Amino acid sequence: MTDIPVLADLNLAWTWPVVGLGLGATLLLVVDLFIPRERKRQTAWLALAILLVSFLLNLAAFTETDSAFFGMFVVDPFSAFLNLIALTTAFISILLSVDYLQRSGMQRGEFYALILFTTAGVMLMGHANDLVVVFVSLELLSIPLYILAAFRYPDVKSSESGMKYLVLGAFASAFFVFGAALIYGATGSTSLPHIFEVVARGFTAGGAPELLLLVGTGLVLVGLGFKVAVVPFHMWTPDVYEGAPTPVTAFMSVGAKVGGFAALLRILVFALPVLSTGAVEASAWQQVVSLIAAATLILGNVVAIAQQNVKRLLAYSSIAHAGYIMMALAAAGHAGFGEQATRAALVYMLAYMFTNLGAFAVAIAIEKGDGSGSDLEAFVGLGRSRPLLAGIMAVFMLSLTGIPLTAGFIGKWLIFQVTIEAGLVPLAILGVLTSVVSAYYYIGIIVRMFLRDGEGDPAAGGTGLLNGAVYLTFAGTLLPGIFPFLMIDLTRVVSTTLVGG
Amino acid sequence: MESAGLSLLTTVLFLPLLGALVLLFLREEQAEHIKWTAFGFSLATFFGTLLLWLAFDSSAGGLQMVQRVDWLPQYGISYYVGVDGLSLLLVVLTGFIMPLAILSSFRSQIFEERGRIRLYFLFMLLLEWAMIGVFVAQDLFLFYIFWEVTLVPMYFLIGIWGAEERIYAAVKFFLYTMAGSILMLLAILFLGSRGGSFALPELIAMVESGALELPFTGLLGGGSVQSFLFLGFFIAFAIKVPIWPLHSWLPDAHVQAPTAGSVILAGVLLKMGTYGLVRFNLPLFPEASVAWAPAIAVLAVIGILYGAWVSYAQTDVKKLVAYSSVSHLGFVVLGIFALNAQGIEGGLLQMVNHGISTGGLFLLVGMLYERRHTKALDAFGGIWKVMPFFGAAGLVVVLSSMGLPGLNGFVGEFTILLGSMGSEVLGFFFTMFAALGIILAAIYMLYMFQKVFMGDVDKEENRNLPRLHWQEIAVLVPILLVILLIGLQPGPFFDTMTATVDNLVADVGEFIPRAEETVAALPQRDNPVLAVGAQGAR
Repeated sequence: MTDIPVLADLNLAWTWPVVGLGLGATLLLVVDLFIPRERKRQTAWLALAILLVSFLLNLAAFTETDSAFFGMFVVDPFSAFLNLIALTTAFISILLSVDYLQRSGMQRGEFYALILFTTAGVMLMGHANDLVVVFVSLELLSIPLYILAAFRYPDVKSSESGMKYLVLGAFASAFFVFGAALIYGATGSTSLPHIFEVVARGFTAGGAPELLLLVGTGLVLVGLGFKVAVVPFHMWTPDVYEGAPTPVTAFMSVGAKVGGFAALLRILVFALPVLSTGAVEASAWQQVVSLIAAATLILGNVVAIAQQNVKRLLAYSSIAHAGYIMMALAAAGHAGFGEQATRAALVYMLAYMFTNLGAFAVAIAIEKGDGSGSDLEAFVGLGRSRPLLAGIMAVFMLSLTGIPLTAGFIGKWLIFQVTIEAGLVPLAILGVLTSVVSAYYYIGIIVRMFLRDGEGDPAAGGTGLLNGAVYLTFAGTLLPGIFPFLMIDLTRVVSTTLVGG
Repeated sequence: MESAGLSLLTTVLFLPLLGALVLLFLREEQAEHIKWTAFGFSLATFFGTLLLWLAFDSSAGGLQMVQRVDWLPQYGISYYVGVDGLSLLLVVLTGFIMPLAILSSFRSQIFEERGRIRLYFLFMLLLEWAMIGVFVAQDLFLFYIFWEVTLVPMYFLIGIWGAEERIYAAVKFFLYTMAGSILMLLAILFLGSRGGSFALPELIAMVESGALELPFTGLLGGGSVQSFLFLGFFIAFAIKVPIWPLHSWLPDAHVQAPTAGSVILAGVLLKMGTYGLVRFNLPLFPEASVAWAPAIAVLAVIGILYGAWVSYAQTDVKKLVAYSSVSHLGFVVLGIFALNAQGIEGGLLQMVNHGISTGGLFLLVGMLYERRHTKALDAFGGIWKVMPFFGAAGLVVVLSSMGLPGLNGFVGEFTILLGSMGSEVLGFFFTMFAALGIILAAIYMLYMFQKVFMGDVDKEENRNLPRLHWQEIAVLVPILLVILLIGLQPGPFFDTMTATVDNLVADVGEFIPRAEETVAALPQRDNPVLAVGAQGAR
């Protein structure tokens, strides 16, 4: 007979950054009741404080490796690194929100609590060491986002956004659960380390039916592919991004993606690296992931050219960036490249986080209170009316393009390098060519800001918190571009722990 | 060899960047301060490059004034700079052109229309920093960074201060160049991960010793890794040069760019392409270079003739000069892929010559444009009578550009033709068609000169054009002096490159298929052009 577990066995201490954040969010909901309507700013301050505490707790445990909840919850530098990204994303998103909500008359306390909940979901994704936990965290990540997308109620576009996200998201979750069930059927376990062992033992010895496992993996890929918005599971992205309040879009474009990729890396690179159909060197999923990456790169970048709205443009651009991270994932499918590819993906996500949030911050700064003004034409003349803001935006655009001396270049460099070394040269060539395509629409924004004549509207936006977010993301984009070791060294310990298992 | 301190080369490299930072602290209203600060920093950089030349030991073949500091050691990437015979002259050229370009913008009318004086000079200095960086970087990764960074300031210079079609031209310039260079990035990453280091001298040593195997099995085809890497670099450089048929961005960029932008573009930026061919393609991929040389030389010759032909058809002075660049740079490429010492030395010198002559032509066109606000050939005539010094300067620059003996252009072109004639991979036909290009150059250049400077002043608007301002004279005089200097005394210029080029030619020459007996009878490397060039002047 097994012993009845006691609380101490749960090893709760390691879970504090996540659990603390969840508790903090719950508490915030209660406290918010007592904060009067006109002073909802205070809720935002509290939310920022909670994030900061979680950030510090996470830093304290940065290099630790342990598990909690009987191995379902794992603590390692990989998860700690993703936590940093998730918490910073939430922090910046709240900085973006405060004035935006005020301006558009949506200043309600739940907003901040919901952001904290979904952040906890993202963090939990990184910690998940069991398919069940992945599913729980997927839902924790998604449900607050459904609400947040529709937060501009009763605006029709926002409601459409929330509804679309909810219906399609539910589908995706269903795919994921079904896939997880099939994997369980094939391997007899939902625990990722256990799945790894079973697969490593080989299908014949353990008798695990291969087809079941392959289909299961495919379905899991569908479910998570929806979250990270890769082709062909991307259809929802432009509409949802456009309709949602802009700070929510900013959060979604980074937070939800980071969560999805965390789970993809854990499941594919950690649990199923040796899943193979005969060829020894590459995992069975490598080809599928390569194809998804290729399709995503082409579609995201090409369709972005035609966009006239900055939110839709950034939506397609975020699809394209998911394609670059998928390139790293495809490289990870090659035996021996798991660590290097993971590292490239992590650096890319960090660079993408700063740059993309920064771009959204500028978009918010020029957006009007009624949600209009997010047309690309709104950027015309910004270089004259607000030169500093326009200059910073130009750096963000160059970083998204991947021009050297920006963080975006470092990310792309690492990803191209690992893709080439893993022998996926055609994919790498496609990656660089689509980068050139992307230059066209990113440069298009610079053209509007600086090259076209016209007077911008200097009145909109631009308060302290928003500016703070702009400068923070600007530093995060430029500094690692000039001193790449800032980002690269951070990931050194991280990726080894993931693949070491 | 490895020092972390501030070496002369690093100081010269970062001086323009420092200048750009200083400009950040000036206010837009302090226009005069901004202008003179930018000019001061570029002039100091020029003196720095002259110091480099003085300190340079031209008898040694390898890299000099090397500085190497680890940057990302786990990836084999370092801050690694140095100059040798291939790059020194181009560094000096950059240092020479930039103060002139900056001085020539002082009185430009573009600021009255578009303003943003501070930003303009900021981009100028950033551009200088990146261009010098391209020429001194000895680490492929560092090189790529500088290479790509040159794109941004130039894009803004064209896009903000350019003429009517500036946006189209700027975007085209950006996309074209980026499309080429990003393929080079893949080739660089491939080399770096195979060799375990991004340092160029180490990679070249590995290629020579066979430690880094890059199999070559034909021009194209499955296993020919070397050929694909060669093309990865070549396309990037070919777009920059530009080699026909990849030249279509150039006329747009040149015509739309402000005067100083055109001067820099023609003077220095295009040279980055031809420099890259010599610096990277030849030593890293010798087999592929030999195999591809005839094909590339064909493109070069087509470029020479096509550029000249199209130049003649232009009605816009600036466009005429722009297309003449395609023709002139065809000579440079032809010289490089002659794969012998004369060809390469001629090519290197011709890079400098073209920078000075064509830079001078763009300056002249710019001065006319400031006065008349048109660049149409028909709008002028008899300018020499109205502006005598301007006319004389124009004559010298035009003659230099078409290669009159005694001026700089002749020395370069003649050496190139000698090289291509004596080349084991090219030969008579290439030389013959290229020589035709010189005749064509004389035709379109003299045609232009005649239309603009000669004849009677038959347009009322031209009658009272203001004479040259002292700043404009100060810009033109150094150019005229250098044109004469190189034309009459090319010796020191060739001396700086001889040792380096000999090494390079020896490395590449191994791969030229030749019979045993001809190896002994290889032409000696006396440079007859030194004598001929000097004679022509007498």
